[in-house]
Amino acid sequence: MKLGKHLLHRRVSLPLILEHPITQNFLIPILAVVLSFAVGAIFIVVVGQNPAEVYSILFSQTLGSSYGIGQLLFKSTPLIFTGLSVALCFRAGLFNIGAEGQLQIGAFVTALVGMKTFGVPSYLEIPLLILSGMVGGGMWGFIPGYLKAKVGAHEVINTIMLNFIAAALISYFVTNIYNVPATVHTPPISPAGILPRFDKFIPGFEGSPVNFSIFVALIAAVLVWCYVDRTRFGYELRGVGFNPKAAEYGGISVSKNIVLSMTLGGAIAGLVGTNFVMGYKYYFEEGFSSGTGFMGIAVALLGLNNPFGVVLAALLFGMLDYGGLVINTMVPKELVSILQAIVIIFVISSNRIFRGIVVNYLKKRKLVVSEE
Amino acid sequence: MPYSVELLNITKRFARTIANDNVTLKVTAGSIHALVGENGAGKTTLMETLYGLYQPDAGKIRIHEKEVGIKSPHDSIKLGIGMVHQHFMLVPKLTVLENIVLGAETTKNLFLDLKKTTTEISALAERFSLSVPLNERVEDIGVGVQQRVEILKAIYRKADILILDEPTAVLTPQETTRLFKILSELNQQGNTIVLITHKLNEVMAISHRVSVMRKGRIVGELETSKTTPQEIAQMMVGRPVLLNIEKPERKITPSRLFIRNLNYVDRRGVAALNDVSFEVASGEILGIAGIEGNGQSQLVECLTGLLKPTSGSIKIGNTELVGLNPRQIFSHGFAHVPEDRIKRGLIIDFSIEENLILGMHIRFSRTFLMKRNEIRQNAKLMTERFDIRPANPSIHARGLSGGNQQKVIMARELSRNAEVIIASQPTRGVDIGGIEFIHRSLISARDSGKAIVLVSADLNEILSLSDRIAVMYSGRIVKIFPDNRVDENELGLYMTGSKGNETRQALAP
Repeated sequence: MKLGKHLLHRRVSLPLILEHPITQNFLIPILAVVLSFAVGAIFIVVVGQNPAEVYSILFSQTLGSSYGIGQLLFKSTPLIFTGLSVALCFRAGLFNIGAEGQLQIGAFVTALVGMKTFGVPSYLEIPLLILSGMVGGGMWGFIPGYLKAKVGAHEVINTIMLNFIAAALISYFVTNIYNVPATVHTPPISPAGILPRFDKFIPGFEGSPVNFSIFVALIAAVLVWCYVDRTRFGYELRGVGFNPKAAEYGGISVSKNIVLSMTLGGAIAGLVGTNFVMGYKYYFEEGFSSGTGFMGIAVALLGLNNPFGVVLAALLFGMLDYGGLVINTMVPKELVSILQAIVIIFVISSNRIFRGIVVNYLKKRKLVVSEE
Repeated sequence: MPYSVELLNITKRFARTIANDNVTLKVTAGSIHALVGENGAGKTTLMETLYGLYQPDAGKIRIHEKEVGIKSPHDSIKLGIGMVHQHFMLVPKLTVLENIVLGAETTKNLFLDLKKTTTEISALAERFSLSVPLNERVEDIGVGVQQRVEILKAIYRKADILILDEPTAVLTPQETTRLFKILSELNQQGNTIVLITHKLNEVMAISHRVSVMRKGRIVGELETSKTTPQEIAQMMVGRPVLLNIEKPERKITPSRLFIRNLNYVDRRGVAALNDVSFEVASGEILGIAGIEGNGQSQLVECLTGLLKPTSGSIKIGNTELVGLNPRQIFSHGFAHVPEDRIKRGLIIDFSIEENLILGMHIRFSRTFLMKRNEIRQNAKLMTERFDIRPANPSIHARGLSGGNQQKVIMARELSRNAEVIIASQPTRGVDIGGIEFIHRSLISARDSGKAIVLVSADLNEILSLSDRIAVMYSGRIVKIFPDNRVDENELGLYMTGSKGNETRQALAP
């Protein structure tokens, strides 16, 4: 009887390990990443290289030197912003595909304000420029949010369309009005608005453009976490995301929260300009982003829409981004794109796949007889 | 006596729970066998296993004294088993005839032989007094008729063992009587019937034997004529239960809630509420009876600000409430137990403690931050006072049983300290123990001076709790009874619109 009870207990509780937060939040994503590197190895073999060698270079060049780390952080910074933007909207039940457009507008407004405000002291200029980026991006997020709330137009369609509109608008301004002749970039911003590079203080980072905007990104992550998980606004936002009908019942305005979430998402994406405009080139250049906004979707997914998860995921994708350049001589740089894609696929499907594997394993050993 | 159905030592596990634990159930051929138990006791799982929707993990099934393997409903239908599910499995856009033959069509030269089928089905229908309009679309006929279609569908497939899962949940008293007549008829002609239910009066009225399930096991089998509802209820719950709630006399007080000429026209232009007027006094329960879909949901949503009435007035004291949003209505002293707890009443991915403050979350926060300690304290208090299990406030509402989810909602709504409580189907899908608890909470809220509007499809609930009873039919209040001494059949006549043309009646007690 005692044995029977013991067995019964094991039978019922083992699958629960799968539900444990540590498994869900850490083990499964990590396993997904490891597995995707394994699958990536197959591609490396196909192009005639030794996976062990390629991976060891990938890791040593990115994580093994302060320059590599600097590059990694620089690449990760915008991904943190866009990942947070997408994740915040996800928590409100909205799919923000418009981070790309929002970051473009945000960065452009940052540059625009920066070049018109010479003479303002740094302690005002820096907050002003950060705020400008948020206002620009926020405006671009507000539009689809408002349309969704008022006329029910789907945010996916509208954010995609607004990406095109943002690109076209900016292209017009940067090539026709605010450009330095014969270039596709704006004049420089006021030096007071510059976020210093790390190599100014730590010689090891020499040559790497990593700058103080990474701190803006980390602060943003903490604030987003606090907002979503600790404030009453976050309570409303999550309520609307999980179940709008119940939120409405509870006296929460669904439309207000949709507009607010999209606007905030846009504002966070708009902060990408702090890295490029305020921390790297000191001007806005057309085409600087190369799809950071879309990568933000992958970052949010891998980060499970948790701000700290987003930071970790952004670091991984930042590493792959820079790592692609490092191993470019050995394998085509597209390999890294493939690797990123595999990571995404594994993360999306991992929960089911691993559940299947574990349950099968348990079934074979007669530990679990059936699965719901 | 031979057995038609023998379920021998059936065990069925889901990931976390054992739905059926070594269950043995034998049904005598030609009998009506009731299977009762609280929600989650495993009745439906057991019957769905018999019907082939689940595979048992252990155990054997014998049909007509022969061991069989049932892999899918296809097999069970071949063995002569028919099941009428709680939620009908009909295609709304198809006609009754098409629904009946669907999957068992008679064809002639590749075409449906509808003529032959029509004759066959009409003969069947006549034999069992199962009249149905064969050429009407299912979406256009009432639920009672739909149920007859389901039964006919099973019989057409030559079922001689019929399983019915909570068949009376959606029926009026008249329809229930009619259903029972049909079942008796079927039974007399040699069919075996298994009836899943939790209504004990039905068990007493129609069954020969009754098996009681609790927590996945059969805890008793009784001959109906030799038992009492009390005995069955005690077996179901595992402790003595008060079937009829005691309630002290109401004190006559002035009206508090005034509803005048309320109209609501929905998006399709249908008048869902038609000149609805009534009053509710502090310290009374006004029961609103009616078949579902006669405007009760719209009435509740208008009262709570979720819908904006087309015209009319809702007043608490002298304050007009029409036009206010749900948050403002809450702040005017309303509480609302919504009819659909999963869609409206809970955010099932929120924890219990977060659900316990829904609609009061501003009260539980500072300018920005939530008052986490107070929220936790509140949850501890509520889980204790309302006996919410498991008593762990940080688990998600998703993980609770239906009864406990409802307790979370009751706890939250009663903790608002409202003057008016709008309770819609407060015990739907809640087990007997939970029902008793919820009923007691409502009575004690009434005794402490709340004005309560109780909307329920369960007539017993309406009759036992209400001080006055209003009947809704087709968007109108067709009758307000001044007390609860009302005959069920008379109530049924009003609910089906056969009675109730009085234009003037007393709105207040």
